Amino acid sequence: MPKDDGIGAATTRREDPRFLTGKGRYTDDINVPGQAHAFFLRSQVAHGRIASLDTTAAAASDGVIRIFTGDDFAGVGGLPCGWQVTDRHGQPMQEPPHPVLAQGKVRHVGDPIAAVVAETLDQARDAAERIDVDIEELPTVTNMQSALEDGAVRVHDDLESNLCYDWGFIEDNREAVNAAIAGAHHVTTLELVNNRLVPNAMEPRAAIGDYNVATDEHTLYTTSQNPHVIRLLMGAFVLGIPEHKLRVVAPDVGGGFGSKIYHYAEEAFCTFAAKAINRAVKWTADRSEAFITDAHGRDHVTRIDLALDENGKFLAIRTDTLANMGAYLSTFAPSIPTYLHGTLMAGNYATPLIYVNVKAVFTNTVPVDAYRGAGRPEATFQLERVIDKAARELSISPIELRRRNFIGKDQFPYATPVAVEYDTGDYHATMDKLEEIADIAGFSGRRAESAANGKLRGLGISHYIEACGIAPSALVGALGARAGLYESATVRVNATGSVSVLTGSHSHGQGHETTFPQVVADLLGIDAEQVAIVHGDTATTPMGMGTYGSRSIAVGGTAIVKALEKVIAKAKKIAAHLMEASEADVTFADGAFTIAGTDRSVAWGDVCLAAYVPHNYPIEELEPGLEETAFYDPANFTFPAGAYACEVEVDPATGEVEICAFAAADDFGNIINPMIVDGQVHGGLAQGIGQALMEHAVYDEHGQLLSGNFMDYTMPRADDLPSFVIDHSCQTPCTHNPLGVKGCGEAGAIGSPPAVVNAVIDALQSGGHDVDHIDMPLTSCRVWTAINADTGS
Amino acid sequence: MIEISMEVNGREVTDQVEGRTLLVHFLRDQLGLTGTHVGCDTSQCGACVVHVDGRAVKACAVFAAEADGRQVTTIEGMAGDDGSLGVIQQAFQDHHGLQCGFCTPGMVMSAADLLRQNSNPDEDEIREYLEGNLCRCTGYHNIVKSIRAAAAAMG
Ligand code: FES
Ligand code: FES
Repeated sequence: MPKDDGIGAATTRREDPRFLTGKGRYTDDINVPGQAHAFFLRSQVAHGRIASLDTTAAAASDGVIRIFTGDDFAGVGGLPCGWQVTDRHGQPMQEPPHPVLAQGKVRHVGDPIAAVVAETLDQARDAAERIDVDIEELPTVTNMQSALEDGAVRVHDDLESNLCYDWGFIEDNREAVNAAIAGAHHVTTLELVNNRLVPNAMEPRAAIGDYNVATDEHTLYTTSQNPHVIRLLMGAFVLGIPEHKLRVVAPDVGGGFGSKIYHYAEEAFCTFAAKAINRAVKWTADRSEAFITDAHGRDHVTRIDLALDENGKFLAIRTDTLANMGAYLSTFAPSIPTYLHGTLMAGNYATPLIYVNVKAVFTNTVPVDAYRGAGRPEATFQLERVIDKAARELSISPIELRRRNFIGKDQFPYATPVAVEYDTGDYHATMDKLEEIADIAGFSGRRAESAANGKLRGLGISHYIEACGIAPSALVGALGARAGLYESATVRVNATGSVSVLTGSHSHGQGHETTFPQVVADLLGIDAEQVAIVHGDTATTPMGMGTYGSRSIAVGGTAIVKALEKVIAKAKKIAAHLMEASEADVTFADGAFTIAGTDRSVAWGDVCLAAYVPHNYPIEELEPGLEETAFYDPANFTFPAGAYACEVEVDPATGEVEICAFAAADDFGNIINPMIVDGQVHGGLAQGIGQALMEHAVYDEHGQLLSGNFMDYTMPRADDLPSFVIDHSCQTPCTHNPLGVKGCGEAGAIGSPPAVVNAVIDALQSGGHDVDHIDMPLTSCRVWTAINADTGS
Repeated sequence: MIEISMEVNGREVTDQVEGRTLLVHFLRDQLGLTGTHVGCDTSQCGACVVHVDGRAVKACAVFAAEADGRQVTTIEGMAGDDGSLGVIQQAFQDHHGLQCGFCTPGMVMSAADLLRQNSNPDEDEIREYLEGNLCRCTGYHNIVKSIRAAAAAMG
């Protein structure tokens, strides 16, 4: 019988009472006795040479303890990049240095020039205004095409050009793909922009560096999705602090969405400064500061060609993308447009030939890195948009064209031409489910109703594939990753049978403190209440890689299962001894060890007690105690997939778009907590709809971020969104992890933007407007302009 | 420095503040009530919502000195004396109306203000009222559901 607090139960979250009563403990809530406050003086120009920097007057200001400049950091390393991409010609990417504080030059608005540490934040801020800095402005490059032109201003003087790499995937297929496209019955081409976004987790980043001079130990409290990764990158590559002298704590973290994966300058600064002044140093970003320092997302310019035969079968795909890296390489930036984008270009379809080219470009803008979905939304968007366009050109329904090309459920495992192997899936099933929950059959009636009100109603479909839990380490290492991608767990059984699980995963909204105990409870047959989750502190958890890429249940959850298996194996030996039976005869179920075929059993709690009070114990063969650690390195990614439908109404007079309905039918494999999975989908959908309709980080030609706060950058608000219709009853369990789980965190953000845009185009076409494409965000201005530029109607 | 006094979550407090000190910083930094959050610097996100004399106010948009002599309630004042969740808080837990929890105090305080004004709001009214509260995690779906459930529970 399934446990009511085990796998599959929609249990409410145990983290909620603390957040609902103001008892959360986020980084900015922490105050270390004696702490000082840091304020960064940041560049207001996008590109310039620091002609002079005089801190004398500022240093004499009230409360100032010390002012740091680039000179103070001349002796330490720059911020490292965690992934080296090799280009089409076998050459390593161009990798410029990324100093903690500017060394002679500033390269984007927000680049830190100096930092004031003072008794109070107001004093630090006031003093920063008295720093005398003279910046000789240089011409800027913000547009990727111009950045690649001959003679373009170079963001980094020491690099040959602004081209980080020119990547081909798979290079050997290039000519075959070109030939297939040249000879095809039909080719659909689309040029599009995947708009630059600001992740905007609601908690701004913060960091507190603390230093104990007596022990020479550092502690960094930081808003991170992966404290061990920060400890490794900052300790080994920037400041030269060995791990045993450096503790990194990521306490409650208020959302990440990718932006809190990376190692940022402020973390290194606070750690360094704390030792320099022998006091704790605290920094918390303002929202405006977050806009110009948090890594941004997306920002691709793409052309895609889809070749089809006379039956609408896909023959080949070729895609060329310019990907903005910004001014420096953020921690995982090079991998996003390559191995998390090119590898997904097959989508759900059996296309025999695919070639992906990506040119990554330096510009005078904030660095760009993974943002919810990371590469996969960019792949899905272009594919699902070009398929929609092809369907229209060939007069085949968008659903039918997709179905004709789906990888059949009997074709798994399916090796794509872009180097990944999908283990399982059933795309017709998710499409069937979508047709049901979105009431596709009733659409024409709804369209007629909208028309009666003077509105154009459109239906947009998309079907996405996602790759979660990037792995295995050996493969990603061969592709340039400078990190492993396993996860760790220690299962510490206490003497009376309760359990602490120390995990390398990190929760910043995902509800691990609830979900992971459900897994443990199910496998041990004990109450979930008996299980505690410990995470977010390098001092208490085994070296783990943290949470991103929808990896925590598939990779972190599996590590927990592996550790539990070791615990159960040892506990069986103890039980066998207690029952004077042979170990081979002992079975474990529902929290009891039983001699098979008898009614003799010993309870879980008694075995645990025996492990720690080993009076009657096989001490010759077995150590006391019951605690096991597992490191799990997956054999493959997991591949969730799903079908999405968006219905919009467009007001042809104003171009205003309203989302009337949004339905999502996802296949996440097995599900641990359906309530939490629902929430993950809702949040992803909101971010994807935000990208499609309103969000846009806009730079002007001088490198000023025009949408640099919540007044100018349009975040989706409650009244911009509908309630969603979602379903995850289609389940093809992952074949290579023991829970059969796939991951669900990014799906909504991946699948929704093309559904929204397809819906708007469908609405306009239904009104006789010959509009093929509008770049996101589909603001009323852009939609109105497209309608009115279309003179053919 | 100015001396101010107010009642915060039922307790009288008196303290010195600078003229420029915002109520949100007074609560967080001087009173240690860190449940009230700061999510922006343009009064756009609602993470800082508290009640002043029973009405929802963005605590980042008010000077501490302006709250002199008033009654302030923060998220820390919303649970029972024994720590039990209030009706709105319980509805948020039951309907998964929060994920990372950062927007949550402001959402709960705003929801309480909405339900004070309108005991049975429909979905559109809730969405419209929440226009001043940003959440990046939930897509608002379950926040709306939570508030409707709270309204039903309060009868
Ligand atoms: S902090 Fe007050 S509205 Fe954002
Ligand atoms: S729950 Fe994270 S911002 Fe709302």
